[in-house]
Amino acid sequence: MSGDLATLASTLLSYAKENEGMEVYVARGNETEVRVYEGEVESLAAATSAGIGVRILHETPDGARVGFAWAGSLDAEVIEATIAAARDNAQFATPDPSVAFASPDGVAPAAVNLYDPSIRTVTTEAKIAFAMELEKLVRSAKKVRGIRSADYGDSEVEVALASTTGIATTTRRSSASASVEVIAGDGDEIQTGYSYTAGRSFAALDLEGTAADGVARAVSMLGATKPSSMKCVTVFDPRVVAQLLGIISAALSGEAVVKGRSFFAGRIGELVASPMVTLYDDPTDVRAYGASVFDGEGLACRKNSLITAGMLNGFVYDTVSGRRAGAPSTGSAVRGGFSGTPGPGCRALVLEPGTLDRDGVLSAVGDGIYVQSISGVHSGVSPVSGDFSVGAEGFLIRDGKLAEPFREATVASTLQKMLSNVLAIGSDVEWLPGIAAGQSLAIGEMSLSGS
Amino acid sequence: MSTALLTPDLAQRVLQAALDRGGEWAEIFAEDRSTTGASLDDRRVEELSSGRDRGVGIRVVVGETVGFAHTADFSEAALLEAVAAAASIARAGGSSRTVALSSNGLSLPTAQILPETISKQAKLELLFAADDAARSVEGGIAQVSVGFGDSRRRIVVANTDGVFETDDQVRVRLMVMAVAMGDTGLQTGYQVLARTEGFEVLSEDVVRRLGEKAANQAVTKLSARPAPSGELPIVLAGGSGGILFHEACGHGLEADLIVKDTSVYAHRVGQLVASPGVTLVDDSTMSGEWGTARIDDEGTKASSNTLIEDGVLTDYMWDFLRARKTGRSSAGNGRRQSYQHLPMVRMTNTYLLAGKERADDIIASTERGIYVRQLGGGQVDTATGDFVFGTSESYLIENGEVTEPLRDSNLIGNGPEILARIDAIADDFSMTVGTCGKDGQQVPVGCGQPTMRITSCTVGGTA
Repeated sequence: MSGDLATLASTLLSYAKENEGMEVYVARGNETEVRVYEGEVESLAAATSAGIGVRILHETPDGARVGFAWAGSLDAEVIEATIAAARDNAQFATPDPSVAFASPDGVAPAAVNLYDPSIRTVTTEAKIAFAMELEKLVRSAKKVRGIRSADYGDSEVEVALASTTGIATTTRRSSASASVEVIAGDGDEIQTGYSYTAGRSFAALDLEGTAADGVARAVSMLGATKPSSMKCVTVFDPRVVAQLLGIISAALSGEAVVKGRSFFAGRIGELVASPMVTLYDDPTDVRAYGASVFDGEGLACRKNSLITAGMLNGFVYDTVSGRRAGAPSTGSAVRGGFSGTPGPGCRALVLEPGTLDRDGVLSAVGDGIYVQSISGVHSGVSPVSGDFSVGAEGFLIRDGKLAEPFREATVASTLQKMLSNVLAIGSDVEWLPGIAAGQSLAIGEMSLSGS
Repeated sequence: MSTALLTPDLAQRVLQAALDRGGEWAEIFAEDRSTTGASLDDRRVEELSSGRDRGVGIRVVVGETVGFAHTADFSEAALLEAVAAAASIARAGGSSRTVALSSNGLSLPTAQILPETISKQAKLELLFAADDAARSVEGGIAQVSVGFGDSRRRIVVANTDGVFETDDQVRVRLMVMAVAMGDTGLQTGYQVLARTEGFEVLSEDVVRRLGEKAANQAVTKLSARPAPSGELPIVLAGGSGGILFHEACGHGLEADLIVKDTSVYAHRVGQLVASPGVTLVDDSTMSGEWGTARIDDEGTKASSNTLIEDGVLTDYMWDFLRARKTGRSSAGNGRRQSYQHLPMVRMTNTYLLAGKERADDIIASTERGIYVRQLGGGQVDTATGDFVFGTSESYLIENGEVTEPLRDSNLIGNGPEILARIDAIADDFSMTVGTCGKDGQQVPVGCGQPTMRITSCTVGGTA
């Protein structure tokens, strides 16, 4: 199958006219989604989809112009129309000397296997049974009132990318995941907890752990009250830390930097964080959910160091943002499937772990708050200004231990201050779905707003 | 483009096949969506894009279970294969029912000027106009980016109850982001115009005003001080905070949550759930609004539904399946992101009706508080009603007057509690637009409200 896609991509390059650059991205995937509720299958969806994204590039004396078109089909006439639309669109772009397609840069692709063929042999019955068992385990726990849903999903995707600049890559990946939203109750009070498990195969999913985590997240919040406003040390849960790194990554994008939309702009070589902080993006680490062999332009993914001992030492670039900044691509182009165009981004951020486990971090902190989940991230955090204000729930920390739960509060600061005020980084790295791993992280002097 | 995506005859054969395979009810949803987009970034047209997505989603219901499959292939063979996949949930086959469809003819787009009739160059000129207007604002504008998108979405919905409906939805959208740089760092301003209409709404004047507004917002925020921390009265300017009611209240009134008893508003019809004077409506018939359509994605005609009337909960929002389960009819709230997605209960245009007070009087009678001119996004836990949403333009109110601008922060609270704390509603009203995400599906929605005051809400600032 993957041979077919690669052949299709390279064959389509023959449609390029003389003196015209062309890049073809073709993808095909299968997915299954199961949702169960009260021991019944609520919905079962199975589908195959395919699509193409084409970029056409024309050189002019003032630089190159590129146009893009996509379609959710690989039918021959659709492909032809898509190529024609991309060619037409190219005429309208502003000529730009920074615009170019990636060319092979000699970096060898990492030997990372992201595809587990067993994903194909799992029966629908087994998938349904997994979701049902997840619901059953959750419902059998004390103080659980119910669930909102228990879901199982899996997919396999093949992508082939080819360009007239010599790129020719194919990748294939598989994934499976399951999640549950738990509702716990005590008297009139209701609290919710969400948990998930993900991996590259059905066998990698953790049924019991996911059920227990969802239940614990809901039940432990029962009795939570609004805390008093104060300034305090804040310890973030690994899942929250992964979210925070995801936000920070937007400010580490070379595109945001060259366009003056990052608080890190112009600060290379400066101390931007506590000396405890070393951050890198390493898609070649197979443990990372976002691990990848090739980037969105067909260059090999590589390990990029971003912050070393508190000092800012790099950004992530794709070809165009790199040329704009006078730097080579860091193999960091990401794209949202066949309907998206490439832009720089992180795939596998990880903070260099410290020596303390979670309990160690809590006892080092002594008194403060532990934030188990945050909300309003998209509205409350700006990678441009660094302003940070999010809804938070979790627990008070007293004498180095988790104490009573709190909810309906916010924690606020700026990302700049938070990075500088890192007090402890945990050793408890969790490889989570998304673009970052997380571990316990203690930050000094956050503003907690409650009553 | 004026032929049907799917003929009633073909739809009928496919639906019949679903019943023959043991389906109790089945639906075929065909969609053909064309989009174009452009962005102007740092005065460069970076990329024009065109997209085309067409396909068919087939839903088969057996008991409480929904089987779903989709295909990008419109041939009868492919549709029958999708039916077989969707109907695989049926344990035993064969109903004796027959499907009869009758078409009311093709629905025409309500747009006056279809985006496909406007040249790409003309679209780009609008982007430049917005950019020029934003850069003409003094006070430190460092960056401007302008984005444009239009879409034409033609759909056909047919089901085994005999429904065969079509719609032709045209939407246009233009957004401006301005970044201002000053001694205090960078600040952003963001404005968006989005309508379920054609190009007639995008005049150069309108676009220029949008650019200026985004730039002024960014510049104003350069001198903003940190927002306070703690509980304060909030005055929401008309059209600033519809998202609050969408999040804090609307989601909890969606029948899928009610049927599963996972909403704070379950079992509360007839009860006082908000301050008297509060009337909340979901209305997909509003002309040109972002959440407007002639039919929903299950073929139910658009309607206006009152959810809360004078503080009393009157009804929830219903899609076909949830309505069927409770023996009533759909309220037209069954929506889906695309043919690849299952429909579910979604809001359309959700708004709070205007009251009788004057907006100025509401501010004047507020001793100390926050005046919110624009809210960003938000989210809610529908089971508890706890919500959070961000301010993107806000000011301090001191001694009844709007004074200094504040840096962005989050407001946090509980939906039912906030609804009971509305103590003043003005006679003004305006709508805003948003993209609502639920279970990973994005749909366009409208929100609206008059200027109003909430007696107390937690503000997540740092001061």
